[in-house]
Amino acid sequence: MEYRLCDLAPGQWGRVSELRGTGGMRRRLLDLGLVPGAEVRCMGRSPAGDPAAYLICGAVIAIRCADGADVVLGEVWEDG
Amino acid sequence: MAERVIALAGNPNVGKSTVFNSLTGMRRHTGNWSGKTVDTAAGRFRRGENEYILVDLPGTYSLLTHSAEEEVARDFLGGDDPDGVVIVCDAACLGRNLNLALQVLEMAPHRPTVLCVNLMDEAEAKGIKLDLDALSSALGVTVVGMSARRRGEAARLGAALDRAFAAPTDLPVPLCYAPEIESAIAARGGERWRALQHLSEDPAMVDGIVSTLHARACEIASAAVSAEGGTACGYTAADARRDRILTGRRTAYPIMLVLLFFILWLTVEGANYPSAWLGALFGRAESGLLGLMEAWGAPAWLTGVLVEGVWRTLGRVVSVMLPPMLIFFPLFTLMEDAGYLPRIAYNLDRPFRACRACGKQALCMCMGFGCNAVGVVGCRIIDSRRERLLAVLTNSFVPCNGRFPTLIALIVIFFAGNGGGAVSALLLLGLILVAVAVSFGVTWLLSHTLLRGMPSAFTLEMPPFRRPRVGRVLVSAVVDRTLFVLGRAAAVAAPAGLVIWGMANVTVGEMSLLGWGAAALEPLGRLMGMDGAILLAFILGLPANEIVRPIVLMIYPAGGSLGEVGSSAALGEILVANGWDGGRAACVLIFTLFHWPCSTTLLTVKRETGSAALAALAALLPTAVGVLLCIVVNVIRGSLL
Repeated sequence: MEYRLCDLAPGQWGRVSELRGTGGMRRRLLDLGLVPGAEVRCMGRSPAGDPAAYLICGAVIAIRCADGADVVLGEVWEDG
Repeated sequence: MAERVIALAGNPNVGKSTVFNSLTGMRRHTGNWSGKTVDTAAGRFRRGENEYILVDLPGTYSLLTHSAEEEVARDFLGGDDPDGVVIVCDAACLGRNLNLALQVLEMAPHRPTVLCVNLMDEAEAKGIKLDLDALSSALGVTVVGMSARRRGEAARLGAALDRAFAAPTDLPVPLCYAPEIESAIAARGGERWRALQHLSEDPAMVDGIVSTLHARACEIASAAVSAEGGTACGYTAADARRDRILTGRRTAYPIMLVLLFFILWLTVEGANYPSAWLGALFGRAESGLLGLMEAWGAPAWLTGVLVEGVWRTLGRVVSVMLPPMLIFFPLFTLMEDAGYLPRIAYNLDRPFRACRACGKQALCMCMGFGCNAVGVVGCRIIDSRRERLLAVLTNSFVPCNGRFPTLIALIVIFFAGNGGGAVSALLLLGLILVAVAVSFGVTWLLSHTLLRGMPSAFTLEMPPFRRPRVGRVLVSAVVDRTLFVLGRAAAVAAPAGLVIWGMANVTVGEMSLLGWGAAALEPLGRLMGMDGAILLAFILGLPANEIVRPIVLMIYPAGGSLGEVGSSAALGEILVANGWDGGRAACVLIFTLFHWPCSTTLLTVKRETGSAALAALAALLPTAVGVLLCIVVNVIRGSLL
């Protein structure tokens, strides 16, 4: 099963397995720390549901669902 | 004596501007959100024999990409100018920050460099402990920990800089990339960082480069950081709880409304008495001035120009503007300092995206409440040019502080009845919501016509909340914002008072110039539910919205004395005596919200967009909306009567 960034519900976390796409957005996601192997946790959603806030490498970053569609997560866990 | 140019680099929102201020003693405005520094600033400081010039670069996450800020930072760091570098890091978020630090070190391995680990106090409060010696040996540069917001800490950073220059033997530990990247670097030759820069354009290489940087940054950070509770993150569980409320599905919008109402209510209630008091003070000074002029035997025209023209206009502007600003700006700065503003952008991103714009436009809008010119400059935080133009062109749809006093006075006189401050504040809130709604509407319209396009990517850092530093906030709000805006208004008001007094007293035929002007504009003014005098005042008020009201009073007969400026009851009497009623007041309210921005804002638009046509459009759009709305309201009112 393959997950995308916005499949993460608040409280769930996963590990980036692949970053697809090209161009500026991809570079920006890389710079934010969404490199393969990085952990990312969904901290919450904005009141309208999109964007959502993700904990990446120690900082909380808001990313729109469409912009995070190229971030592929291998597995998704949830804290018990 | 040596003069050393020092580049100040760092991620957004790590307190770079605070470090800059504490070293140079300058007061660069600081706030708790990313992208505050959109331009470079330079300041000097001296240590013993050495003179340092500190250049504050825009905050960036990386030096490999192409946003405007990153190019500014990269060009400066890669050029010949800097003799040394200070890299500022957030102690509570070291891993992320070291990513940039490693890139900076790669660019300038031979330059004396100090890594300044800032916000040590915050990290400590969050149970994060740092081993600065380990950090120093892992990176190979001088490391100094500090809490730049505390007094006296800057000296330690200065001393570390002295040390770094005294011991140029320090060399950063080089970074090793995967073999294929290393051989590509060697094959390309030249400076290592330029080769890396070039290679990072290659889709096959960029992942490897960025991953290596991140991995090394995380490795160094995890060796240097020990955190209680297992998290090395500045964003705590308490921050998460606050965000669940402040950005929650049910709570986010109500909280925004309540906060806005609360600010408006305090402004309305609190500004009333000091305004009356200041008005009386200026009035007394006016009598004193008149006495003085008489004692000197000054000619009547000179007394008229100086006292009735310059002094009176200045008095009206200051007494009406100063109190609301003294309340509004500190409250706004408190929210900014605490870190609430990025949450507003987060909450409003979805509605803005529906208008094909960027959520960060909400930040520009918030700044516009203070001053539209500042709001327009703030639009630089938006990366996409199309979305930035949307934000620039619609900024003056939200009322600035120069317009608030007029809005408040008219609401209190004509609409609030005996309801008091809370009712006035509610009505004002309604008016502001209308302004915000219109600004959304115009944004939508623009992005479906002139500025067609789809929304670009959006990433926004949500910083941990910080306890606002009330003392600093007060100083910064009063000195940097209030006095700055007031000073500009006063600088415009004094000469404008002179010119307008002249126009009121130079007669052609049987009417003054002002009278002719008002008469010429009367038909259009009537059509818009106002009168010629009001329209003329708006036109003459182009240099600053603050002077519209004094001009109206100067045009009206018996609008003369200064005593009325603070007291809304007396102002109301004058207005009613000149034919004002609720309908006219409503039209003036609408036109106050929607007309051409002041000349400062227009010049700022021209500078920021590089286009006089766009500046003209920035004037035309709100004017068109205002004229149309006024006519519609007037026609509806006419058909009702």
